[in-house]
Amino acid sequence: MWEAIKRLYHRMGSPKWFYEISAVWLPWFAIPAALCLVVGAVWGLAFAPADYQQGNSFRIIYIHVPAAILAQSAYAMMAIAGGIFLIWRMKMAAWVAAAIAPIGASFCFIALITGAIWGKPTWGTWWVWDARLTSMLLLLFLYFGVMALQRAMDTEDTSAKAGAILSLVGLVNIPIIKYSVEWWNTLHQPATLKLTEESTMAMEMLIPLLIMIVGFYLLFVTLIFMRTRNSVLWHERKKNWVKKLVQVQAEK
Amino acid sequence: MFFDSFAEFLAMGKHGFYVWLCYGITALVIIANILAPIRQRKKLIEQQTRLQRRERKNASET
Repeated sequence: MWEAIKRLYHRMGSPKWFYEISAVWLPWFAIPAALCLVVGAVWGLAFAPADYQQGNSFRIIYIHVPAAILAQSAYAMMAIAGGIFLIWRMKMAAWVAAAIAPIGASFCFIALITGAIWGKPTWGTWWVWDARLTSMLLLLFLYFGVMALQRAMDTEDTSAKAGAILSLVGLVNIPIIKYSVEWWNTLHQPATLKLTEESTMAMEMLIPLLIMIVGFYLLFVTLIFMRTRNSVLWHERKKNWVKKLVQVQAEK
Repeated sequence: MFFDSFAEFLAMGKHGFYVWLCYGITALVIIANILAPIRQRKKLIEQQTRLQRRERKNASET
């Protein structure tokens, strides 16, 4: 068991191995992602019943909640990848962290903007400076900070280190976001989905939400693969296998 | 289908503007995120192809 994990770890550290295996894996994430997002969105928009209090504006939940969950777990993954880079000096981990940052920032932006648009008809305001919204805005700025540091220093190595350190420090914000609706008084409603208890949502509303969450995660993995593959090509551009690959691509 | 007609589906009660704005922005952001790495890959391969051609030319001249 331990040997298998070690072998996988060393393989993951090999850019060429990742490039080859990710080409095989990509469609297995991309196609289900597209299916989930289309089915979930159509179901959520056209077939789920309207909320008895919020009417049809509640349909924004099908992008707001998945984007918010993903923005947070993407941040955690980015920090873990940064930690792996700091501790074991695995370059692939730094490239993955750099790939995650702009994707996570995008989903964080989606969560914030859909939340603001949803807030207008529901709360009567686009924005309030309460704990949940502020900590989520801080998450977006943390993403920007990490992205800036990842290209700020003289060498790529120190830039990656700086980005990794900030992303690890910023991890404290994640539990703050999660518990912000319980610790402080807020306009934001408490969590709809709970891992340990039964959800407060009706089944016919809940199923499309779960489909959308799965779709967002699959899309996220697809996007990481695409960006990391580019990163591998760039960093290994002087190696023979990439030179050959470029030749083959050019002849097409 | 929850709605009785397509017009009602578009109107979303009184919330059509908010709902469609959210889905529109999200679609744009996702599409941009898919296109960015595709373009980057194309650029990278073009750039490396040019570099290889130049290197081969230099090698044959010297």
